[in-house]
Amino acid sequence: MTDAVQFGSYTADGASPAPSFVVELTEFSGPLDLLLTLIREEQVDIYDIPIARVAEQFLARIRTMALNDAADYLEMAARLLRIKAQMLLPRSDGSEAWDDPRAELVRRLLEYQQMREVVDVLERAGEARRSRFARAYIPLAAAPPEAPLALSLSELLAAVDRILRTAKDPTMHDVIARSVDVPGAIILIRALLALRSHALWTDIVKRDAEPWQILSTLLGLLEMAKMGECTVLQPRPFANVEITSDAASEAA
Amino acid sequence: MTPLAKLLEAALFASARPIPTDELAALDADASKAAIAAALDEVRRHYDVDGHGVELVEIGGGWQILTRAEYTEAIERAQLASRPARLSAAALETLALIAYRQPLGRAEIEEIRGVAVGSVLKSLHERGLIDVVGRGEGMGRPLLYGTTPIFLEYFALRHLEELPRSDELAVALKAEPRPL
Repeated sequence: MTDAVQFGSYTADGASPAPSFVVELTEFSGPLDLLLTLIREEQVDIYDIPIARVAEQFLARIRTMALNDAADYLEMAARLLRIKAQMLLPRSDGSEAWDDPRAELVRRLLEYQQMREVVDVLERAGEARRSRFARAYIPLAAAPPEAPLALSLSELLAAVDRILRTAKDPTMHDVIARSVDVPGAIILIRALLALRSHALWTDIVKRDAEPWQILSTLLGLLEMAKMGECTVLQPRPFANVEITSDAASEAA
Repeated sequence: MTPLAKLLEAALFASARPIPTDELAALDADASKAAIAAALDEVRRHYDVDGHGVELVEIGGGWQILTRAEYTEAIERAQLASRPARLSAAALETLALIAYRQPLGRAEIEEIRGVAVGSVLKSLHERGLIDVVGRGEGMGRPLLYGTTPIFLEYFALRHLEELPRSDELAVALKAEPRPL
């Protein structure tokens, strides 16, 4: 159990504000905090705690705070009651040897109080730092989500009508995957090179060639160059590619 | 200002995080440690003496330019920047224990605080304020936590020793002289 009651999976004891719904049941950060507060309120000596009175107060506080299911607090309540019972046991005359049953509790309270002192130091230091800004890359504020469209049916139909009138020829296209035809392209290039030994890229690719045709021609041309049927030369970047037939010179 | 002081000022202005002294020294290979320290002091005095809206602050072994506290409210009101969320009491208690007794395991923290601290440790770890620094010898080899440079940054501490020593605290443990 943490300082606050938990519902489901959220954390009530977290350092950062938990995103979910959190009920802070108490201003105390634990049973020792509550105990120290009681001791302070009762103005009693921490080395000589009137256990019976403090235990009673402790239980009363838990009850009013509806912390019955807070195991941490109940554990402390049980501890207090046990110390109370031990205090009631008759002591032997040799009071020197008497072990004060409160000793362990006092040690823990002092330890806790010391920690709280450090908390005060940290809190002051944290506030001092929080009150100064560093140079920082301020994250851009996220754009607020657009308001949901509030349209009537007639407005929607008017919008559709407007779009349909803008599109002059709303023909539908079927997209068909066309495989490249490299052997076909090679036959065409060979036929051209048979007529003349020198050709340009623009001679073998028509102006209105489709992408698959351009690709087929390019691959065919590279294939032929690899087989030594022709020489491909591009004098400068993006210049027209010059194709010279090697087969013609062989035949000559 | 000297050229070196101007260089350091520019670097500090450009950085969103405190710059460690050795990284500042790397800006000018010819500058000695003493020269860097003198230049930093020059920047600091420049801001303090001439009356600037920012100041040079030493944090976690590094240096950072921060706005002065008196302008925080106006800056926040204008929504130019916002302060980080405050840590809860539970988180501060847990941090205080870890800062003084690190490396420290969950069981020890729970024993001193008297409450379960699993979710606090998780969120402190998520915020980078603590990190796992080792494993204990006990059963299950529990994770041991320590504070990080971000911890120093969050509290604008130069180093952990800046926190009061345990014998400087009003409540000094007499029964058991262990270092808190």
